[in-house]
Amino acid sequence: MAVISRGFEGRRTPPDPRIPPGQYLTEDFPVLSAGPTPQIETSDWALDITDVDGSRTALSWHQLMDLPSEQFTVDIHCVTKWTKLGTVWRGVPVETLLGGTQSDAEYALIHSYGGYTTNLPIDDLVLGDAWVVFEYDGAALAPTHGGPARLLVPHLYLWKSAKWINGIELRRHDQPGFWESLGYHAYGDPWREQRYEGD
Amino acid sequence: MKATDDAQHRGPATIPWLRAELLEGRMETRTARSLVFDVPGWAGHHAGQHVDVKLTSEDGYSAQRSYSIASASASGQLELTVQVVSHGELSPYLVEVMSPGDELELRGPIGGWFRWTEEFTEPVLLVGGGSGIVPLMAILRERIRTGSTAPVHFICVARTPDHVFYTNELHSVDQSHADVLVDRLYTRSGLADDARAAGRLNLHDLPPPSSGDTGITRAYVCGPTGFVESAADLLLGRGHPPTAIRTERFGPTGG
Repeated sequence: MAVISRGFEGRRTPPDPRIPPGQYLTEDFPVLSAGPTPQIETSDWALDITDVDGSRTALSWHQLMDLPSEQFTVDIHCVTKWTKLGTVWRGVPVETLLGGTQSDAEYALIHSYGGYTTNLPIDDLVLGDAWVVFEYDGAALAPTHGGPARLLVPHLYLWKSAKWINGIELRRHDQPGFWESLGYHAYGDPWREQRYEGD
Repeated sequence: MKATDDAQHRGPATIPWLRAELLEGRMETRTARSLVFDVPGWAGHHAGQHVDVKLTSEDGYSAQRSYSIASASASGQLELTVQVVSHGELSPYLVEVMSPGDELELRGPIGGWFRWTEEFTEPVLLVGGGSGIVPLMAILRERIRTGSTAPVHFICVARTPDHVFYTNELHSVDQSHADVLVDRLYTRSGLADDARAAGRLNLHDLPPPSSGDTGITRAYVCGPTGFVESAADLLLGRGHPPTAIRTERFGPTGG
């Protein structure tokens, strides 16, 4: 039995099939993060990729720039309920970054400057659409939005798209990341409204 | 044994939607209202956490937003303070329309990072801009409710004195608790006898981190994005370690 809020009418925009349940459309680009914004020079930036056997490779900014990148347009969904449609990014597919390294990995734990982490099944990084992006709307990605480079996995809630990425740790077993250890959902599919643990 | 297996496979329980009835509302400013709800089944929360609120119209249309909890932890009751957002969807109803006896649904508490409990004994620095003061007020209220002795320095930044929430309560807490210090800073225009000229938050407005036996100051910053970015950078400049600064940002849209 639904609880009716007497006198509530709402804004009544026509339903849009691009907006997942419980979300609303925003034209702005709100910022969410748990601490101060790290300032990272591209000359200091590196992405560490660690395989399940402990072997490591480090990718410099120059090496990232030398890889084939693509520009793409996607909708993004934040667990705080806003959805932004038609955002334009440039980045390198994670599949390209991992190349042949994804041996026996089932999961990945993403690491960021500042200590943030988030976990994803490896399939969502290499089979689904996932990129390490460094441009938003035709310009260098701003630090507040995760620059110089962030992960972007638009089919999951945006906390999975780690800002200030500096590591991809390939794993045989899943390990909860920062928000996943603090009550948020392990997977985070916006179309199934997997916001919090138990959803 | 089977029951145990089932319980394990079922995983954690979903956070349920609870029915909440408005007990009373009071205006904090011309555009912000505190709403006290009776919420049967609510088990309390940690100060700093928020709830998801769902409003449903008579014909079944519904919309959700998140709001910070303003009150100290209590079972069966909580208070939100909501600022009207222009072109907002839920906030105009919550501030201007909802009357005592009206109902909504909420679930929570949500958020395990931007929170304070009496287990934390370090000095606390609260820096709030505009309606970002709300979860910080919950921390101050929880600190007083629990009788914790953690020193608190609360810096409230608002455009003018007319934009400050909880004015009387902040004044009385500041007067009656020796280890609670409340600063009200104005960005646009202040009071005639203010020692500080109106203007944006700057380095001199913020204390350095504590050192020594009391532990490193825990800093909580909440407000609009620009405010939080600037305040967090100033705290870093003041020597606060990044790991001791917790932030929560309100986007320009929402409500």
